[in-house]
Amino acid sequence: MADIDKDNVVDQEEVLHPKMVTVEIAGKKHQVPEGITMLKALWYTGQEVIRGVGCLGGFCGACATYYRTKDDPKVKTCLACQTSVHDGMSFSMMPPFPARKATYDLAVLTDPKQDLFNLYPEAPLCRNCNACTEACPQKIDVREGVWRAVFGDFKAVSEMFMDCVMCGMCAPVCIADIAPSLVAVYASRAQGVHFTEKPSRLAHRIKEIEDGRFADEWNRVLAMNEQELTKACAELK
Amino acid sequence: MDIHKLQEIVHKTRDARRKQTMPKLSTAERDELIKKYHPDFRENAYRPIKFGPNEGEKTVRELAALLEGDSPVPADLDLTPTHTCDVLVVGGGGAGCAAALHAHAQGASVLFATKLRLGDSNTVMAQGGIQISVAAEDSPVTHFLDTLKGGHMKNDHALLKVMVEEGPSVAQWLLDLGVLFDRDADGNLHVKKGGGSSKPRLLTCSDYTGLEIMRVLKDEVLNRKIRMLEFSAAVELLSDGQGRCTGAVLQDLDNKRFIVVAAKTVILATGGIGRLHIQGFPTSNHYGATGDGLTMAYRMGAKLMHIDTFQYHPSGAVYPEQLAGALVTEGIRSEGGHLVNAKGERFVNELDTRDVVSSSIIRECKEGRGIRTMAGRVGVWLDTPLLDAEQGPGTIEKHFPAMVMQYDRFGVDISKDPVLIYPTLHYQNGGVQIDTQGESGVKGLFVAGEASGGLHGRNRLMGNSLLDLMVYGKRSGLTAAARSKAEPQGKLTLDHLKRFREVARKHGASASVVSPMLFPAYAKKD
Repeated sequence: MADIDKDNVVDQEEVLHPKMVTVEIAGKKHQVPEGITMLKALWYTGQEVIRGVGCLGGFCGACATYYRTKDDPKVKTCLACQTSVHDGMSFSMMPPFPARKATYDLAVLTDPKQDLFNLYPEAPLCRNCNACTEACPQKIDVREGVWRAVFGDFKAVSEMFMDCVMCGMCAPVCIADIAPSLVAVYASRAQGVHFTEKPSRLAHRIKEIEDGRFADEWNRVLAMNEQELTKACAELK
Repeated sequence: MDIHKLQEIVHKTRDARRKQTMPKLSTAERDELIKKYHPDFRENAYRPIKFGPNEGEKTVRELAALLEGDSPVPADLDLTPTHTCDVLVVGGGGAGCAAALHAHAQGASVLFATKLRLGDSNTVMAQGGIQISVAAEDSPVTHFLDTLKGGHMKNDHALLKVMVEEGPSVAQWLLDLGVLFDRDADGNLHVKKGGGSSKPRLLTCSDYTGLEIMRVLKDEVLNRKIRMLEFSAAVELLSDGQGRCTGAVLQDLDNKRFIVVAAKTVILATGGIGRLHIQGFPTSNHYGATGDGLTMAYRMGAKLMHIDTFQYHPSGAVYPEQLAGALVTEGIRSEGGHLVNAKGERFVNELDTRDVVSSSIIRECKEGRGIRTMAGRVGVWLDTPLLDAEQGPGTIEKHFPAMVMQYDRFGVDISKDPVLIYPTLHYQNGGVQIDTQGESGVKGLFVAGEASGGLHGRNRLMGNSLLDLMVYGKRSGLTAAARSKAEPQGKLTLDHLKRFREVARKHGASASVVSPMLFPAYAKKD
């Protein structure tokens, strides 16, 4: 038995050939182990991170980061908790960007597709530069999404932006001052509130509960002693 | 060995495994397996708490130390309030947002404080879905029994009944806010089957259920212009000297200054403890999951319950090292993914409860049927390519976009390659004892979500956490708002802290442990 365990060892480059690499963090050079995530590199260099760390799972968008690889002029974007460091890399976390969020009460809007132009009048001013799409670490076609929103295809927006972690990296690059992730949240929510079928079975279940349709079953179950309850649970298939 | 070589056995045995059905264990077999392998039963990881409301009861050493720890607040702090409100909500995740929105809707003046940003939480990472009994063949009573069975019959019946009964109306609330749950062709809510549940009951937004809910709730909190203090961590509660909670001391993390908040009611929605890395486990939790609410409520005199039991999610990533501890959604197993040991065998019914599946994985690894990594981790295979084999190419990509992207960033294609997994510290089953309104044993102090205890018994079922957050967020928000209309602001004292310090001194507690911890100490010091 133990032999199986011994033979089943996964090769790991960082263990086979451990290597320290030089990276530039916020303009300062540091030596860190190759392949660790950017956030771990920050910790490795002794830095406490509070602004710029959240879920550590790639879902919250707190660690939006700009980076460049060795000798490449192109500045790219990523989530620091989900990106490995390599020799010659430079990176800086994105500071919070003061994009304007419109406020609204979705329930009272009567024409949400038209209201988009009051809430976000800059949305139709997109000049098609595509910088937002290139800036998205979630690979969303952001530019297309903005146009879909403007043309009222909120359903497409909601599907395209399901991956959006609201990191906001699409906003600082926009020459028309659009904050696409905020436009998308508005369009997605409007899609849900105004343009999506009401699920009849849910309404039925809520009514059943209100009408006490499960009262007898509840009385039966809540009157059971521990033994009877255990038996009832064991019978669930 | 190259990982692709090691994976061959999974590909080779796939067809044979597809014909196999894994029996579910009997209650006696489950109990035996858990007792033998579940981390909750490692005696030396536990010790009795020396003093306070749970004196003499056992919990993990990491938590016991924090519960007995000292407050960072000096006894002579000037308690002139910086902010005054009806309801102070602490914690910016799902439960906090729900509480803040419902309290605000009742006309209460709400102050919403969180130590990171609004929305930074575990909620945002919830992939599996939210359990709500909407299917025709299902009922709240069946949901109740499933949850009870999963919780080893230790769940608080009253708390549980409220949760399952209010589920459908909570689904309606979320729909009314614009949450886009997956639908069937006829427009009804699509339901999936979750581990430990007898009926399909999981509502999902692909594998982004938590993210979708948080995006919507955050947006709504901002629309309602609820007063918000970000990067402001609660570090101590305030009392009127007669056992009622009357506010809290926050700490502004940018300048370390204390902020005194006078509040008629306080709702702690501070989440769990994953970042304490209990028993050395990696965790799926967010950066701030350090049990802050437990320590503050404990010093105030609130009783905790079930704090000797934690959930180790069966599928935490083991390889690549950058993802260690990160969650691999249970959805993969819900849709038929097999767990496979180094010999190419299945060893458990993959849809059994989390404690059973985790225990069986630990057993396989202990008995030498695991796969090791050079970084010192061990795990078993989760056969992800099986889903495409069973349901057609593209299934994985369509149903699990978040997981595909997570692995793709490190060059792993999960539709072609199985992944290595091992249990990861995921959830605090217990917490502060509450009643059905979310109120703790301390008057005026409410607790919602993972920080509370009793509802889930000794093992939480998949999909019940998101529901817990929404139901008890709502209940605590509504009750706190109503209470704050009926009662005046009490005086602000640290009397409870003075008493706690006296008791601690008597027990020789070490003043070197300061709690709440707020963040894990990851920054390298030398």
